[in-house]
Amino acid sequence: MDIHEYQAKEILAEYGIKLAEGGLAYSVEEAVQRSREIGSNVWVVKAQIHSGARGKAGAIKVCRSHQEIEAAAESLLGKKLVTHQTGPAGKLCSKLYIEAGTDIAREVYLAFMIDRSHERIVMVGSAQGGMDIETLAATQPDTIKKIHIEPAVGLQDFQARTMAFALGLDGELLNHAIKTIRGCYRAVRDLDANILEINPLVVTRNNELIALDAKMSFDENALFRRHRISELRDNTQIDPREIAAAEAGLSYVGLDGDIGCMINGAGLAMATMDMIKLAGGEPANFLDVGGGASAERTEKAFRLVLADSNVKAMLVNIFAGINRCDWIAEGVVQAVRNIGTTVPLVVRLSGTNVEEGRRIIADSGLPIITAETLAEAAEKAVHARNQVAV
Amino acid sequence: MAILINERTRIIVQGFTGRIGTFHAQEMIDYGSNVVGGVTPGKGGQKHLGLPVFNTVREAVEQAGAEASIVFVPPAFAADSIMEAADAGIKYCVSITDGIPTQDMMTVKNFLRLFPKQNRMILSGPNCSGTISPGRSMLGIMPGHIYSQGIVGVVGRSGTLGYEAADQMRRLNIGISTSVGIGGDPIIGSSHRDILEKLEEDPETKIALMIGEIGGPMEVEAGLFAKENMRKPLVAYIAGLTAPPGRRMGHAGAIISSTGESAAEKVERLQELGVTICPTPSLMGETVAKVLASL
Repeated sequence: MDIHEYQAKEILAEYGIKLAEGGLAYSVEEAVQRSREIGSNVWVVKAQIHSGARGKAGAIKVCRSHQEIEAAAESLLGKKLVTHQTGPAGKLCSKLYIEAGTDIAREVYLAFMIDRSHERIVMVGSAQGGMDIETLAATQPDTIKKIHIEPAVGLQDFQARTMAFALGLDGELLNHAIKTIRGCYRAVRDLDANILEINPLVVTRNNELIALDAKMSFDENALFRRHRISELRDNTQIDPREIAAAEAGLSYVGLDGDIGCMINGAGLAMATMDMIKLAGGEPANFLDVGGGASAERTEKAFRLVLADSNVKAMLVNIFAGINRCDWIAEGVVQAVRNIGTTVPLVVRLSGTNVEEGRRIIADSGLPIITAETLAEAAEKAVHARNQVAV
Repeated sequence: MAILINERTRIIVQGFTGRIGTFHAQEMIDYGSNVVGGVTPGKGGQKHLGLPVFNTVREAVEQAGAEASIVFVPPAFAADSIMEAADAGIKYCVSITDGIPTQDMMTVKNFLRLFPKQNRMILSGPNCSGTISPGRSMLGIMPGHIYSQGIVGVVGRSGTLGYEAADQMRRLNIGISTSVGIGGDPIIGSSHRDILEKLEEDPETKIALMIGEIGGPMEVEAGLFAKENMRKPLVAYIAGLTAPPGRRMGHAGAIISSTGESAAEKVERLQELGVTICPTPSLMGETVAKVLASL
């Protein structure tokens, strides 16, 4: 689960990390009010959306007067902002973070994340701040320093020092750096964060160390024990279809194609989407209906897939293990009767009670196209889509 | 032979008396698995499905000779159950539970490493469908009837995609020695590579099929292992051609978060390493058949 920059900064402040003075604004007036409270003669107006690369997309504006703040707030609030991470639909900006301008001497990169292959938290740093880490890894891999942290022992000071020196933070900055690094690590451990990224961490001309940006993302599976974190969820930043899916216990990811998919199991879902692509089509979504797919859940899944107006054909692929094909077939028939078929529907059932399932589909008298194999199902779905499109 | 489990393996169910534990324990018993009891703390001394219930895994090991366990405990408590099994001397544990926090799994893996390798429990999962040695023993939630016994070793992250592969092979009269689901989470007990190592040592297994997906470096690591250490041929399929970067495709671990984690990149690397790639997911069975025919 992602959170906003201002929320991440509130957390970091509690862990002793220094920040520029700032405040949150929901309106143009509030934005100006915040800037007056902060003082200063340079401010940065930062759109609060769940996306990196905000600077390049014009979602962060440096202002030198209250008029400029008004204009900046006006141009960002209530708008859908598109960055190269948001997709073409963009993300709604309903909050701004107004921060005092910082006199930057140097920018460095600091992050903590879960390293899957080492099964540990890894601290990653680079003396080259400001760029995203992927670009850095591609263009200047030698500048990246990684230190793995033994979970039973935790981060040690010598590791924090090693990182500080790698970032060029020595002299009187060393102790600030150690405090910042330790604070970040504790936040990641205490709060079940998957990622904590400070990019850039800046050295100011007054020789202070300040987290100028902050990104945190949390383990969804741990939210049951992180009530405070789970309250930071902002549904305006999430595809509404994904929210509806999560409420129905389904796993859904919207994509750009036009063949709607409903499949059980994440791996089989990805494989079915691959088959659609190989057959010349494009999937409209990823949708895993999960293990015990009841008729109700099947119907909810149908509604979700068909709510996407791009969908020109729909493919249902179920390999029943714990599920039973007859239950799924009844769910499909019920869903089609209740919702009505707006697009051609291809159904492939396999596994437990498959004959019974196929009989239910055949006896329903509904215009459902059936398939025996994965390949046949994908081909029929693409064919059906092409006929509709013509 | 087969790997990890056979008809003699003495199995216990952790989370035995719960609804899900009960259902799958019965399925495993019906399949012919040697289930000797289960663990539900506080219900020790009772009987469930005609088998003894123990308070602790250690009691199950001492009194029923348990060697393998399957975990159906809810996510908040599953890491603890896995560590209890390891501490009690269970040799092989399958964790079915989906939704265990990643940092809990970090703790589990750290705990397992405290044991010297020869005494260390092997874990597969979490968030997997289990392990089956067809015709001998099922330690999982899969539909047992779609698996036939044979000489292909299978390792895969996904449950239903593994069923698809088993079904395609059965239709071609190809059987499986052991099929291991390793799970879709970012941190898991056994990697593709760990299972391939076992399949390579198993005299009954003649060929291995690896079913991977986007995210993480595990499939390529397995390919490197195969190139350097395996005499048996390796066939692979990688799911997720259409997955966009940065989006989680259902499995917590199925996310392209850095270079080399997309399906296309993994396929390319595996091909360079001499792995035979299934061109489509509907050709897993046929690709295995072709490689078998060339042996």
